[in-house]
Amino acid sequence: MTAFFWLFAVLAVAAAMLAITRRNGVAAALWVALVFVCIAAQFVLMRAYFLAAVEVLVYAGAIMVLFLFVIMLLNLDEKEAARLEGPRLHAAGVVLAALFLTGLVFTVREAGLFEVPIGSQGSMLPAGETGNVARDLFLEFLLPFEIASFLLLAAIVGAVLITKRRLT
Amino acid sequence: MTVGHVVVLAGTLFTIGMLGVLSRRNILIVLLSLELMLNSAALAFCAFGDMAGNLDGQIMVFFVIVVAAAEVAIGLAIVIALFRLRVTVDTDRVDLLKQ
Repeated sequence: MTAFFWLFAVLAVAAAMLAITRRNGVAAALWVALVFVCIAAQFVLMRAYFLAAVEVLVYAGAIMVLFLFVIMLLNLDEKEAARLEGPRLHAAGVVLAALFLTGLVFTVREAGLFEVPIGSQGSMLPAGETGNVARDLFLEFLLPFEIASFLLLAAIVGAVLITKRRLT
Repeated sequence: MTVGHVVVLAGTLFTIGMLGVLSRRNILIVLLSLELMLNSAALAFCAFGDMAGNLDGQIMVFFVIVVAAAEVAIGLAIVIALFRLRVTVDTDRVDLLKQ
């Protein structure tokens, strides 16, 4: 299990680094899709099977298709893409990121999170299968669930409204 | 594999996403980096939920995914509207309010 964790962790970080440095939008989107697949694998390792399936379906499926659709719809030419490239990673940004990460590792160590193995609750924690997640979702979190459906409806209407060509 | 490992992995992905948001000018790649950041938060939620011993963390991730889907739809709609108006995806050239 630990070997798989490291495999998918290294793969995710490498793919993320490649994604934010690509000039080509399509290449960046595909690398991000690989990151999503790696995160889905991490969910499986944490026994969150439902989330792993949703991650692949919604993120690597729907959201990435939407992204690729828009990138190809906009059809940026080579010149524009080259102009947008600009400075890739500023030294200041890298230093800031290193500081942030160091602080995070320090905090996590102070909080003693490195001593808590995944699955420490044993059989206390039910496996994240669809049935178990659905039971909690519809019994305890029904109101947030309904609000989420309204949010999605608002997003659909808003997206159509924003992109609609005005007939003048 | 401990909770700490997963949280540090989530933090690393979040930092990379943050770098992408701060240093890129192509608004599509900025949006992709935002997705990375949301996903890393979801990963941390799942790890802490594992530590708490109930499924609340996983349900939180579910809602994060819902919000991310809505955010992508609206974000890409704004990108398309912006492209129609200015024929660019350069974040530096979105300065209509200045004029």
